[in-house]
Amino acid sequence: MRRILFTGVMGVGVLAAILSLVGLGISSIASGQPPSTTSGPYPVAKGDAAERGYHVAVEADCVGCHTVPGGQPFAGGRPLATPFGTIYSANITPDNEAGIGRWTADDFYRALHEGKAPDGHLYPAFPYNYYTRISRADSDALFAYLRSLPPSPDRSPRNKLPFPFNIRALMIGWNLLFLDKGEYQPDPAKSVAWNRGAYLVEGPGHCAACHTPKNFFGAPRTSRDYQGGDIGNGWYAPDITPNKRTGLGGWSDEELFQYLKTGRNVHANASGDMGEVVSYSTSRMGDDDLRAIITYLRDRAPRGDDAPKKPDPAVMTAGEAIYVDSCAACHRMDGAGLAGMFPRLPMNANLQQPNPSTLLRVILVGSRSLPTDTRPTPSTMPAFHWKLRDEQIAAVATYVRNSWGNVAAPVDVDTVTKLRRQLGVDHLPPPAPQPTDLRHPNPETAAPPHTDSRQNGTDQAGTPVAPASR
Amino acid sequence: MSEKLPSVDVLVLGFGWTGAIVAQELTDAGLSVLALERGAWRDTPTDFAPTFAQDELRYMWRHALFQKPSHSTLTIRNNGNQTALPMRVLGSFLPGTGVGGAGVHWNGQTWRFLPSDLELKSHVTRRYGAKAIPADMTIQDFGVTYDELEPHYDRFEYLCGVSGTAGNLNGQIQPGGNPFEGARKRPYPTPPMRQAYAPTLFAKAAAELGHHPFPQPSANLSQAYTNPLGVQLAPCTYCGFCEKFGCGNYSKASAQTTLLPVLMRKPNFALRTGAEALKINCDSTGKRAVSVTYVDAQGREFEQPADLIFLCTYAQHNVHMLLLSGIGQPYDPKTGQGVVGRNYAYQRTSFVNAFFDDKILNPFIGAGAHGMHIDDFNGDNFDHGGLGFLGGGYLGVLQTGARPIETHPVPDGTPTWGGAWKKAVAANYLKTTTISTHGGVMSHRGNYLDLDPTYRDVYGRPLLRMTFDFTDNEHRMAHYITDRAAEIARAMGPREIKVVYRDGSWDVVPYQTTHNTGGTVMGTDPKTSVLNRYLQSWDVSNLFVMGASAFPQNPGYNPTGTVAALTYWSLQAVKDRYLKSPGPLMHT
Repeated sequence: MRRILFTGVMGVGVLAAILSLVGLGISSIASGQPPSTTSGPYPVAKGDAAERGYHVAVEADCVGCHTVPGGQPFAGGRPLATPFGTIYSANITPDNEAGIGRWTADDFYRALHEGKAPDGHLYPAFPYNYYTRISRADSDALFAYLRSLPPSPDRSPRNKLPFPFNIRALMIGWNLLFLDKGEYQPDPAKSVAWNRGAYLVEGPGHCAACHTPKNFFGAPRTSRDYQGGDIGNGWYAPDITPNKRTGLGGWSDEELFQYLKTGRNVHANASGDMGEVVSYSTSRMGDDDLRAIITYLRDRAPRGDDAPKKPDPAVMTAGEAIYVDSCAACHRMDGAGLAGMFPRLPMNANLQQPNPSTLLRVILVGSRSLPTDTRPTPSTMPAFHWKLRDEQIAAVATYVRNSWGNVAAPVDVDTVTKLRRQLGVDHLPPPAPQPTDLRHPNPETAAPPHTDSRQNGTDQAGTPVAPASR
Repeated sequence: MSEKLPSVDVLVLGFGWTGAIVAQELTDAGLSVLALERGAWRDTPTDFAPTFAQDELRYMWRHALFQKPSHSTLTIRNNGNQTALPMRVLGSFLPGTGVGGAGVHWNGQTWRFLPSDLELKSHVTRRYGAKAIPADMTIQDFGVTYDELEPHYDRFEYLCGVSGTAGNLNGQIQPGGNPFEGARKRPYPTPPMRQAYAPTLFAKAAAELGHHPFPQPSANLSQAYTNPLGVQLAPCTYCGFCEKFGCGNYSKASAQTTLLPVLMRKPNFALRTGAEALKINCDSTGKRAVSVTYVDAQGREFEQPADLIFLCTYAQHNVHMLLLSGIGQPYDPKTGQGVVGRNYAYQRTSFVNAFFDDKILNPFIGAGAHGMHIDDFNGDNFDHGGLGFLGGGYLGVLQTGARPIETHPVPDGTPTWGGAWKKAVAANYLKTTTISTHGGVMSHRGNYLDLDPTYRDVYGRPLLRMTFDFTDNEHRMAHYITDRAAEIARAMGPREIKVVYRDGSWDVVPYQTTHNTGGTVMGTDPKTSVLNRYLQSWDVSNLFVMGASAFPQNPGYNPTGTVAALTYWSLQAVKDRYLKSPGPLMHT
C-alpha cells in the first residue's frame, strides 16, 4: 500500500523525500558527555494516571531527546544533528507558552499518532511513525504524567533548518508516503508476553528508528527490519535479529536481559546513543517487560547471512601486532576481556557487523560506558586517533573482525580516513613518505633508520603527535 | 573579603583516599557532604588512559601527578642548629595533588600494622622494661588496638580487593602467609599475585635460611574483582608502571577505581576542585570550628561554613593547617611541651643488589606491590635484647618494573658514565635484582614540624618547616636488617652483591618513600596527642583529622592500609556516637 502511494506521489515526493532525511542520523551535538546518573533528575510522578504515565515515558525514552544534559527534564532544547540542519527538541512541560500547557489529551494523542501538533506538522525526528502504535490509554497516561511536571518557561531555540526544509507542511508528503498510522493490534496467536514485547519494541521503544536501515527517503526499510542501521556520527546500530553471527543469536536470554537492565554483559558495554537508551529507558523498565522484549526479538526472522571476503594475511599479521601492543592489556591476548568492563571479542556481534563504523569510531575516539546503578564503573575505551594511523586502525579492525571465530569483511583504509574526517580527528600529519611497514619490530628486526623514540610519546594527553615512522 | 557560602553538614578538606572514604560513609549516613580539593578532577580513562599512562619521563621524572613545589612546599633541615631552606624540587617523598591524591600514584602495598606496633610503648615496656626506651625517644601507643581496627582493615581490603595470602586466620597460622601478622577474620578478597622469577629466588633462599617468606599484600589485583559497592577492578597486567603513575587498566585500587563511580552519582555529595583551603575558622571560644576559608582557581576567596569538618589532606598539610589555624598547642622541642608538629617520623630504607650471570630475571615484569618478603625482622617479631635498637622492617624482592630511565643497576667499581658504564648496564639489566628493606622510624624529641620563621607560600602563609634526621636507633636497625638481606642475597647464588645501607643524615634528594607520619598524633592523653583515639581534635570537637599524621611513630610498613582502617574506625564512632550527640567522644 505504502509503495503504491509512493510511486503515485513520486513527483511531489522528491522534495519531501529529501526532507525526510531529516529523520536520519539523529544524534546529540551537545553532549559526547554521557548523563552521569540513572537516578538523577528524572521525576517519578505521584497519582495513578501520572504514575502509569511515568512508565510510558520510560518506555518511550522521551527524556533522552527532550532534555538538555544537566537541564530541567522534558524542557527540551536539546540539539539534534541532522544532515540538513539542527532540530531542537520541544519543551513538553506543561508551560502554557513554552510547553504543551494548552494542549488537550486529544492534541497529544494526535501528535503521537499523526505527527501533527496544534500549531503544525512535526518533523519525523520525533518518531511518531512508531509512537502511532501507542494505545490511547498509554497516551493519556503519558499526557497526565507530563502535566504533573513542573512547567519550564524555557523556549526551545529555533531549528536551524535552511529553506525549504523549514516548511513544516512538507511533512504532509512524508506522512502520505511513510506513515502507517494505527495503534498496535495484538496477535491472538501469540503469547501475552510476545504481544507485550511487540508493543514495546514496535511502539514506544521505537527500536527500529535506529536498528532498521533507512531507504533513500529516510523511512525504515521494513523488509530489513532490525537488521542494523547507520545512525550517523559514526555509530552503526547493530543487527538485533536472531542472526547468530551479527545479531542477538549469540546472546543468551540472560545476557540480553543483563544488557538491557545494566548496560553491560560479557559481550558489550552500552555507550553512545544506546548507553542513553539503557540509562534512561530499559534499565528503568520492569523485568517482565524486558523479558517480553526478548521474547519478541527472539521470534523474528534472522538476517540472511552473507559470505564476507577473506582478509589479506599480511594485514592480519600487522593487525595482530597492533592488537598485542595496544589492545591486549584490557581485552586479553585471547580476546576474552572481562565481563562488564572490557567486552569479550570472540564471536562478538558488534565486531562482525557488515558496516564496521561503530568499531572504527570506538577505536578512533574511544567510548565511555554509561554507568548504571548496578554497574557504576564507567569503563572506557581510550581514543587511538592520535596514536594509530588509518592503515593501522584498518589492520587492527580487520584483525579483530576475523579472529577467534569472528568473520567479517576486511576494513579498507579509506573507510577509516573518511570517518576520521567526519569525526573531526583528521588533523594528524601525513604519514611518513616511505611505504609503511606495519610489521611489529621484534628483537630480530632492527628499528628502521630515523626512528626517534621521542616521537612515540605525547606530552599532552590526546594531543596529536606524529607517530614514529617504522 | 571572602564571600560566605551556604552551610553544609560535612566539609571534607582534601579529596584523596581518606576524603573519599569519609564522603562515601557520611553521604550514606544521609548527610550533605562537600569536598574541597586543591587540584584538578582526574579519572582513569581521561587522565591515565593505557594509551599514554606508561610514560616514565612524563610521570616519574617530570612529576606530572605530584604536588608542585612552586605552588606548595616546605622548608627542611636535619636539626635545630641548621637554617631550614625551601624544598624546590621533590625528592625523598612525592605528595600528590588532585582528585585521588597520592593514592593515584601509590604502589598498592597494603599492610596491616602488627598488634604490638599499635601499643608500642606498652609492649616495649612490658617486654624489655622502661629503660629500653632512650630518653629522647618519644614513642607512645596509638590508643587503638589491633583487635579494634581489624574490622576496619578488613573493610578497606575488601573495598580494594587486595590480593594476598593470609598468614593468620582467627589465630591459626596459615602456610604461605605472614605468620607474624595479627589475626584476620577472613582471607584476602583475592589470591596473591603471580610471582616473577626474582621474588621466587628470594623466597627460596629466605626459606632455606629459616625465614618465612610470603607474597606482598597488593592492591594491584591478581584477578578481576567487584567490590561491595559494585565497582569493578580488572586484573593487573604486570606492566610495571604503578608507583608515580596512575593505572590505566583499572587494576590498582584508588579512590577512582573503588569509590568515586558510586560517590560521584550521589545527590548529597559535591566536590569542588581547584579549591585550596587556607584556614579553619573557629568561633570566639576556639572550641568549635565554624567554617573554612578557601581560594578557588580564579583566586576568589570564599568562606564555607559546615557543622562538621574532616581534615583529609596529606600528613604534612594536616599539620600545617592546624598550625595556621591556631588549633592545638604547637610543639616546642626545647620544653617538650605542646603537641601540634610533635613526633614527625619517616621511613628508613636500604637495599642490596644481587648480580647474576646465569639467570635472566626479566625485571620489567612488575607491579607496585608484586614481590616476596619476610617479616621476621619487622617490629618486635624478633628479640631486640642486646641489639641496641627498637623496631625493624620487612625486607624482600619487590619487583616493580625496572623502568628504563630509572633502572640501570651496575656493580661496585663501574664508572658512572661512558662506554664501560653502558656495557655494564647492558650486561646486568636483565640479570640483577634488589632486596630492599623497609624499616620503621621511632619518634624522637628533636624530629618535629613547625611554621618556618622566614619563608612564605603563594598566599603569604608561613611554610611548614620540617626538622628531621635519622637517629642512631634507625641506623643500627637498618644495619641489622640490611645484613640479614645481604645474607639472603648471598644464598640466592649471585655472582656478586652490592650493599647500600644509606648511612649518614637523611638526604632529601634521593627518593625513599612518601611515608611522612606524625605531627597530629592520636592518643589517649591530650598532653601528648592532638587527636583522641577517634581522630577527633581534643581542642575542637567538630574537627576530625584523617591520615598518617595521626601515627605516634612510624612502624616498618607502608601506611595506607592503616590510614584507611583508622578512617573507617573514626567514622564508625562518628556515625554511632557523634551524630547522635555531637561533642567530645573522649573526656580526660
